[in-house]
Amino acid sequence: MSGADAQTNTEASNDARLRYLLRLGDTSLVLGQRLGEWVGHSPALEEDLGLANLALDLVGQARLLLTYAAEIEGKGRDEDALAFFRDAPQFTNLTLAEQPNGDFAQTMVRQFLIDAWQLEIYEGLASSTDTRLAAIATKALKETRYHFRFSSSWLVRLGDGTEESHRRAQNAIDGVWRFTDELFAADEVDEQMAAAGVAPRLTDLQPRWSARIDEVLREATLRRPANVSYQWHGKRGVHTEHLGHMLTEMQHLQRTYPGAQW
Amino acid sequence: MSNDWPLFEVFIRSRAGLEHKHVGSVHATDARMAIEHARDVYTRRQEGVSIWVVRSSDIMASDPAEADSLFEPARDKVYRHPTFYAIPDEVKNL
Amino acid sequence: MYTQALDSLGKDCLPGGSADSAALEARFQARVDADEKIEPKDWMPDAYRQTLIRQISQHAHSEIVGMLPEGNWITRAPTLRRKAVLIAKVQDEGGHGMYLYSAAETLGISREQMIEQLLAGTAKYSSIFNYPTLTWADIGAVGWLVDGAAIMNQIPICRCSYGPYARAMVRICKEESFHQRQGFEIMLALARGTPEQHQMAQDALNRWWWPSIMMFGPSDTESKHTAQSMRWKIKRFTNDELRQKFIDITAPQAEFLGLRIPDAQLRKEEGSEHYHFGTIDWSEFQAVLKGNGPCNRERLEARRSAHDDGRWVREAAAAHAEKQRARTAKAA
Repeated sequence: MSGADAQTNTEASNDARLRYLLRLGDTSLVLGQRLGEWVGHSPALEEDLGLANLALDLVGQARLLLTYAAEIEGKGRDEDALAFFRDAPQFTNLTLAEQPNGDFAQTMVRQFLIDAWQLEIYEGLASSTDTRLAAIATKALKETRYHFRFSSSWLVRLGDGTEESHRRAQNAIDGVWRFTDELFAADEVDEQMAAAGVAPRLTDLQPRWSARIDEVLREATLRRPANVSYQWHGKRGVHTEHLGHMLTEMQHLQRTYPGAQW
Repeated sequence: MSNDWPLFEVFIRSRAGLEHKHVGSVHATDARMAIEHARDVYTRRQEGVSIWVVRSSDIMASDPAEADSLFEPARDKVYRHPTFYAIPDEVKNL
Repeated sequence: MYTQALDSLGKDCLPGGSADSAALEARFQARVDADEKIEPKDWMPDAYRQTLIRQISQHAHSEIVGMLPEGNWITRAPTLRRKAVLIAKVQDEGGHGMYLYSAAETLGISREQMIEQLLAGTAKYSSIFNYPTLTWADIGAVGWLVDGAAIMNQIPICRCSYGPYARAMVRICKEESFHQRQGFEIMLALARGTPEQHQMAQDALNRWWWPSIMMFGPSDTESKHTAQSMRWKIKRFTNDELRQKFIDITAPQAEFLGLRIPDAQLRKEEGSEHYHFGTIDWSEFQAVLKGNGPCNRERLEARRSAHDDGRWVREAAAAHAEKQRARTAKAA
């Protein structure tokens, strides 16, 4: 391989690494932002504290991941520049993460599906060849184990609770199942990261995620919806209408007073 | 009947080697949820390494009205305390 | 704790004759005078119990309602660091509300009863939370002034005669210490920021100053509970003493920020540590207290919606636990 080729490869892999980190960071940020909307309005005071804890963990993950991404990008941006000065098409979170809170069942289903996904991702990343990413993942994995405990417990309570809660939980899962295809649909970024030993291979993770989901759904007496083949591309910046509204609210101050320090 | 979730008392071991100590209560439907709630309510600042929860209604307490008969009788048994015994200063390791 | 036990205690164990009652009360007061802590199952005068229930539940409600004005800015916090801090702070307030409900429950009232009183509009909470948070600077002002005033009110309660309340307050005061500092830090960033940010900070101070100093309650001459509460060591300082102390330490902080406190008469008294301040408009205080503040309606409505919309969730969890118990019993 000539020197010029090696140079191109490093750049290509740095670009893929940047895009990979943004996807992880954006997913945590967008989900954390959604959970923040609940604080003060939860079904029970205890759940206010619980949801706030999840939100804090997710915003914390987003900060670590976006800070790292900004450094790799090397354009002098930081976590806040990435969070507050990119528009929806530049956000590359999973489409599932941006779905509105809806009722508590919808929030818990969204949380449960992503928690189970993050469990697999972070577990894989904990042994990444990228040591900084491995350290972030190791920390995030501990948090995610609790998130999964929280969301799966709630899913079981709702599914196997009252008639009303069962109906709401089933509706919730029926409503967002169409976004789960994206969780394991690998593209060239995922392929490159897996080949470089940076990230786990998505196709390896899918069966474990699926088994985990089935186990909880069974306990919750909920039905797993049939797969829908529409491919969502939040990871490539193609979103649902909801993200734009969320960003409008989230970015309001930074956009209104550009250049100000807060 | 109350519609609120039942009350659980929360005990926390602040670090290994120390005993669990009562810190307050939470409402929860069962022990598992009570532990989750206790974690979120009482250990936000690393206050604990272990949590016990118990239904408040399962706690039996002594009656303050009986405090005299329960605890006063121990008062005059000073011979249970090491300082009760006069040992010459020259004697070591006692 | 011991909620059920106390219910029966109320019926069976209260003194019958007034002579007995006088003796018990004298012994109770002697314990309080000797700085002994009163614990849940100890005998206490009914008025003491009722005063505590009223005060602790109001305090708990204030923490819970207080989550709303600040929670209003969680989704709009200007940086990720500020967002995390604000979530943690609002979460702490929820935690404080729960410590306090837990303390009040030791007196024989259930949390459900207290929350019903709040939602029915018959229980009070701190009027300060009926003011709106209109700009980001309000989050700074609330932390700096409102939490500052709250801490001043709360520190003496750490030595309150009722054990569970005192212990809850120790925990709360420890946790609150970061709240005021983060508020001041926000104000500092704004005061030293762009002219627009500075103006935002000044505007927030203008709106929050008077409501904050009213948080200490009516003047001592008007306050109906002060004397008895001080005798019971539920209260350790008078409203006016605490208010003066707050103004004395806050005025120099405003000066440091380069912001002007909206009181033309505010000045340091010659040869004294104290500041002289202008007349408080108590008619506004009374209006807000009576439910006519800018956000009374919205705050209660938000709590009611959370309660009503959450009912099916709470019921589902209870139903599931019941099913689990039945299954375990059947398997055994």
